[in-house]
Parts: sequence; structure tokens; C-alpha cells
Amino acid sequence: MSTTPIAWTGSDPAQRPLVERLHEWVTTVDHKRLGVLYIVFALICLVIGGIEAAIMRIQLIAPSNDFVSPQVFNRMFTMHGTTMIFFVAMPLVFGFANYLVPLMIGARDMAFPRLNAFSFWLTAFGGLLLHFSFLGGSGLYGAGTAPDVGWFAYAPLTAKTFSPGHSTDYWTLSLLVSGFGSIGTAINLVTTIVCMRCPGMTLGRMPLFAWLSLTMAGLVILAVSPLSAAQIMLLVDRYLGGHFFDTQAGGSAVLWMHFFWVFGHPEVYVLVIPAFAYASEIIPVFSRKLIFGYAVMVAATVCIGFISMSVWAHHMFTVGMSPAANGFFVLSTMAIAVPTGIKIFNWLATMWGGKIQFRTPMLFCIAFLFQFLIGGLTGVMLASAPLDWQLGSSYFLVAHFHYVIVGAILFAAFAAFYYWFPKFSGRMCSEALGRLHFWLFLIGFHLTFDCMHVPGILGMPRRIYTYEPGRGWDTWNLLVTIGVVFQALGTLVFVANLVWSYLKGDAAGSDPWDAWTLEWSTDSPPPAYNFAVLPVVRSRRPLWDLKHPEDPDWKYEGEG
Amino acid sequence: MQSNCTAAHLPEHVASFASTVLVCQMIPWVASASPTSIFAPASTPADVIFGLSRFVLAVTGVIFVTVFGLLVYAVVRFRSKKHDDGSEPPQVYGSNEVELAWTIIPVLIVLALFLASARVIASIQHPEKPAGALEVVVIGHQYWWEYRYPDYGVVTANELHVPVSDPTHPTPTFLTLLSADTDHSFWVPRLAGKTDLIPNHPNSMWIDPHETGLYLGQCAQYCGTQHALMLLRVYVDSREDFDRWIEAQRRPAQVDGAVARGRQIFEATACVNCHAVSGVGADGRFGPDLTHFMSRDTIASGAAQNTPENLRLWLRDPDAIKPGSGMPAMQLSAEDVDAVANYLESLR
Repeated sequence: MSTTPIAWTGSDPAQRPLVERLHEWVTTVDHKRLGVLYIVFALICLVIGGIEAAIMRIQLIAPSNDFVSPQVFNRMFTMHGTTMIFFVAMPLVFGFANYLVPLMIGARDMAFPRLNAFSFWLTAFGGLLLHFSFLGGSGLYGAGTAPDVGWFAYAPLTAKTFSPGHSTDYWTLSLLVSGFGSIGTAINLVTTIVCMRCPGMTLGRMPLFAWLSLTMAGLVILAVSPLSAAQIMLLVDRYLGGHFFDTQAGGSAVLWMHFFWVFGHPEVYVLVIPAFAYASEIIPVFSRKLIFGYAVMVAATVCIGFISMSVWAHHMFTVGMSPAANGFFVLSTMAIAVPTGIKIFNWLATMWGGKIQFRTPMLFCIAFLFQFLIGGLTGVMLASAPLDWQLGSSYFLVAHFHYVIVGAILFAAFAAFYYWFPKFSGRMCSEALGRLHFWLFLIGFHLTFDCMHVPGILGMPRRIYTYEPGRGWDTWNLLVTIGVVFQALGTLVFVANLVWSYLKGDAAGSDPWDAWTLEWSTDSPPPAYNFAVLPVVRSRRPLWDLKHPEDPDWKYEGEG
Repeated sequence: MQSNCTAAHLPEHVASFASTVLVCQMIPWVASASPTSIFAPASTPADVIFGLSRFVLAVTGVIFVTVFGLLVYAVVRFRSKKHDDGSEPPQVYGSNEVELAWTIIPVLIVLALFLASARVIASIQHPEKPAGALEVVVIGHQYWWEYRYPDYGVVTANELHVPVSDPTHPTPTFLTLLSADTDHSFWVPRLAGKTDLIPNHPNSMWIDPHETGLYLGQCAQYCGTQHALMLLRVYVDSREDFDRWIEAQRRPAQVDGAVARGRQIFEATACVNCHAVSGVGADGRFGPDLTHFMSRDTIASGAAQNTPENLRLWLRDPDAIKPGSGMPAMQLSAEDVDAVANYLESLR
């Protein structure tokens, strides 16, 4: 490159023509820009996945409704699940990690900037491929458009016999492509965190965010690899005459379940550990206290990472495993509640004795704690195999995992947006719009997902496009759908807030929250090189040491 | 911290108080609201799961109240005051004793929940099979249920008949679960938890309904387009009624000269590729056995009542009742539809 990065950012970006600026975004290898690209891509997919959810909820608002056909409904829940997990939650998590990890560990970029860009564009291409199926999925056979096999695509429904045409191929290929992107980013994160920490930043002084990102990235490598392998096996079945999952030729449907959930359960922790990471940074700052039990928090996270690799078959309690296998997976699944409970208690202890400031990020974090508590407890109920025989695959299960994914992960992600938006953009978010967003979304969330538990207890299975009256499900489904309206309004306010604040928000300065980690020591937004001089740290809260030279952390932390 | 420790020791009366509030007040109200409530068990497997669910609800309820109480207390008590001096609160790094406490207590709770679950798993998965037990083979199809009674040579569809089981002289029904195509799941919430029907992977489950009556349910594993209308109907009959029903099902199809034209159309079109009527040469197995069609209350796997109008609509335009089902519209004339319907209505 002929221009130096310093001169590059020094020029006023508005002066250059639009095409040139767009070109810079497409060819960028800067971890911050790629982080923003990941996040913007995730937000676009969030709207698409939300519309798909709304279509399902309109269909289910009353018994025997015919707003959409069963075929369309089945495509909607397949696309909603696939989009939300692979093209909203994963990019969101990667976006924040991409942007923040180098800043927090005092590095100037990720370890492999080009791999970083390649991984993002693979993910984006995967998302495009999935949604292109709406137009191109019919192929030459004219069967189906978007995939309709469910987001975990159980065999043998994905075999050529039951899924002719190309809709299932779009699903398989998009997950294969984006899966390689995820593995690339995960390798990048691990390498960056292990090799590129600034002087003085031992592993024991890393912000919890970096520790949790490291655990998350390790899980991605271990979990997404078997998923990619399974997708290749499925393609072999469909096009090269393989019989891995083709039950009509002696293949095994249960094998696919194992492959999918060996990915699928660690995946839950791939998504929720970053939510823990946001909470672990935000709660201390707005309680004005450092995190309680740092070492225990790290140990609990790594412990969750390991245990999460051994719980997958709790998704398979109904497939006829032996009592011993069922018992093992009951125990391992419930065991995860222990380190998770430790984390909740440590967050509470961090707030305990603090001076809690109820800014928008903290509001979302408190709601996260409350909802994650409930989602965790319903998880303990479902972990008990006999209860799962009744509640698994019912709307109780759907309510449970939305409690975790929306109530915990999305709420924590909203907190992260409000907390780090000033760093990303240099401008503060509107506090008034933020509060409006919070209350609208909170009301909508609880109306939808609290009410959703009940029809599950009353025998309503998931993935049905219609139901007959007289089952006692009608009122609950009506309430669930009404809640969606509030969530949609809340999301609109959120997007409006982002746009308005980006254009008109108050200048943020480098450290608007009086925080303690390294990303707040540089400009907002940070220059391309992040730090003019690489920082040197002596404790877990380098900015606290600067602000309180009379009482620095390193006096108490000892060695690590 | 103090309240956490007290609650975590779970004194018996705290748990029983919580279960009183939760279970005695809420559960009957929820149960009465639906014919498919898991809180209205009518068979041993569903009943022991109900018992376990009350225990788990009580324990998790106590945990919820404790932690939620701590959260609310922290939020109210430690909010920053209006006239704060701006100083930072005391910085607390952690406490190994406290961490140990909130590690050990959850471990004990987890152990208790695990042992309670393990006992129920063993009791449901390793039942004793008494001499009077009935064997039924359940075969899941896209999107209907085939039932075979190997002891009696009976094949029927969509409406399962089993005898009531007196707890003093149990006559449970053991179901062998098979699939002809994709994955399905057998779920009648008041009788038992669900078990999947997976091709190449035979499963089993059992029920011992204590009261006669009709128990509803439906397929609980997504199996394709019409997963939603793959409904389950289990008729629990008194012993006498069940024996009578079996006797009737064992007879070959009735032959009635008055409906010969309908029968001739049925046998000359593709109907016989999928449907069987015993004793007359129709032996298709892709669709439900129609030998005793009129013994059933519903058509299309419970999607519609078995009325003359619905039957004719089903023959003329299946998509009007169950879009995407395997039943094709045979493009028969109105008279032929009527003749076939008359023939089917003679199959008692």
C-alpha cells in the first residue's frame, strides 16, 4: 500500500467519492471495519428473520387459520431458525469479538487480517445463498423454493426421496460455506488472544471479555467442524450415492442427530458465552465495582466450555436411548447449571455494595440476568429426561430456548450495542430512545415468551402450521402474537436510535462511561492503528490504575 | 448471601410451601383447560412424570424466588443515590469462602434432581410386562398412523383402541414404534411422554390408561408438509368393548351388492395401489387400511370428522381438508365420487 494508514484516516472521509468509500469497505482488512460489517450484516438478517417469525405468528394467532399454506409455514420456521442462529447470532457475536478483542488486549489488529476478511465474506455469501433459495430453490425439478426441513434438518427428511429439488442443497451449502467462515474467524480469535497481547497483559490480566471470546472461539472450532463434516456427508448422500443418512438404503437417521447436536449444543454456548462477556464488562462499570471473583469467573467459563461438549444427547431423550445413556446426559446437562449459577451469583455480588447507574446498557443487563435465570431454570426442567419426554418438542421447549436466545443473548447484545456504540461511532446513543426501546422490548418479550410456555404444557407441539380449537391453546397463542407487535416496535425504535445517534448524537469522547479496559483509552472511533503507542498494563483494569494512582489494582492482584 | 444460604438448605417446609402454591393452585387450573394437558395424567408413565415435575417445579421455584429476591434487593438497595459524592464504592475482589458456598449448594441440588430423574427413568424404561399385556405395532407414515395387533391379526389406522388397565390387575399396552418413511413421534400427553418413530431404529413405549375415554395427541417430530394434521386418537375401552371391537376388526370386509358400482370403481382406479380392503384383493399399504372404514370417527388422520359430506369432499379435493397429504384427487365425476363414498360407507 502506498499510503500510510495514518495519512489515510487523517483525511476527511466525506471528501472522497462514495464509490471509493464503498470500495474501501469491500476490500478492508481492518478488524474494526470487519466487525462493523459483521454487525450490520447481522442486523439486516435480524430484520429478515423477524419478518419470518411474524408470518408464523400471524398464522398461529387463531385456530384453523389460513394466512399461509403449510408449505410456506414450514419454509418460514426453517428459514427463521437457520437465519437467526447462523446469520444473526453468529455474525453478531463475531462482530463484537472482532471489533473489541484487539482493542481490549492492546493489539493493532487481528493476527490474520486477510483471513478475517475472507471469513466475513464467506459468512455473507452463505447468508446470500440461503436467501437466494427463495428465488432459485426450485431448480429444474420445480419442487419447493426455500428449504423446509427444519433448522436441524433431521434425516431422512433431507434425502432426495423426501426433499426433491434443490431447496435442501441451498440449506446445506449455505451452512457449509458460512461454517468455514466461522472456523476461520475462530482460529483468528484464538491466535490473536494467545499471541498478540500487549506488554504486561498476562492471561490472568486479560479482560473477561477476552477470556470468554477465547473459550467461545475454541468451542466454534470443535463444534462447527463436525457440522461441516455432516453437511459434506449429506451432499455425498444426495449426489454421489452415499448412504450415511439414507434410511431406505440402511443408513442411520440417529447418526445425523448425533452429528448435528454435537455441533448444536456447544453452539448454544458459542452464543451465550459472548452474552456473558458483555455482561461481565458492563455490569462492573455501571456498578462502579470490579468483577467479583475474576479467577472463578474464568474457571467457570472454561468449565462450561468443556461440559458443553458432553451434553448434546439431551436433545435426543425421545429417540430411544438406553436408561444409562439417558441418565448420563441428565447428569452432565444439569452439571452445567453449577458453573452457570456461579456466574449469576458473581454478577450479583459485583452489583452488591456498588453504586448502580441505570443507563440503557445496565437496564438491558439487569433484564438479561432476570431472564437468563428463568431460561436456566426451565433448562434444568428439560434436562430431566422424563420431563423432556413430555415437554421436549413442545412449545414449552420453544419458549425455553427463546428465553435463552432472545431473553439472555439478544438482551445482552442490545446492552453491548448501547455500551460500545459510542466507541464504534464517536457518538452517544439517545438515552430516551434507548429506554423506550428497552421497555417496549421487555413488555413484548414477556408477553410472547412467558405465554408461550403454557400451550406446551397443554400439549401443543412445535412446527405445526395450524391447530384445532378446543385444546385450550387459542388465548395463549393470541397473546404470544400480540407480544410480537411490541417487539417489532422496540426493534424499530432501536434502529431509529442507531441511525439518529450516528448522525446527530452527542460527541462521546474517548471514555464516556468512565470505564477501565483498554478500548476506552483510545479515540472514538479508534484510528486504524488502534493505539499510537502500544499500552503497557500492570493489572486487569489499566484505566483504573491511571485514574486512581493512589489506589491501583496491581497492589492487590499480586501475580495474576 | 444470608438468605441464599438458608434457602439453599431447602428446609422441607419451604419446598412444600412452594409446591403448595405452585402445584395445588396453578396446576389444576392449567390442567382443566385442555384435553391434552401433561398435568392431567391418566396412565402410569404420565403420572410418575407428573410427580417428578411437581418436585422439580418446587425446587426450581425456590431457587427462582431466592435469586430473584437477591437481584431485586441489589437493584433497589445499591442504586446510586441522587446526591452521590461521585466517589467510587469499596472495590471487592472476591471471596473463596463465598464462591465455595455457591458451588457446593448447587452441586447438592443437582445431585438431588439427578437422583429423582434417574429413578423415574428406570421405572418407565424398565417396566414389568404382565401376562395380560397387549402388543401393538405402531407404524408412522407421512402423515398418518398404522396400527397392527399381531396377536389378533388386526390392521387398522389412525384410531388406536386399547383396553383400560385396572391398577390391581394391570393390562398395559406395549407399543412397538416403527416408521415407514421419515421421523415421527408418538405423543399423547395424558398417557405418556413422547417417543420417536425412526426408520431403521425400532423403539418401544407403554401405557396403562386407568379410565376409559378418548385421549388426544399428535405427531411431535416434524415429518413433512402435513406434520400438523397427523393427529393421534387413543380410545380406551372397557374390556368388553375392546373385545367386541377386536372381534369386529377381525372379520373380513362386508360385501354389499348395493354398492357394487362403487367397489368396481375403487378396484379399477389407483385407490388399490395405496389402500387395502381385506378379502377383496385390494392390498395397497401406502395409505390407511379401509377394511372397517366406518368403524372410525374421523378421516385423514383425525383432520376431519367422518361424515358423508366430509368423505365426499375428501375424495373430490383432499387439499381442501389436508393440503399436502399423500391422498391424490382422483378426478372422478360427481356420480363416481358418490358411488365410491357409498362403497366406503358400507365397510363397517
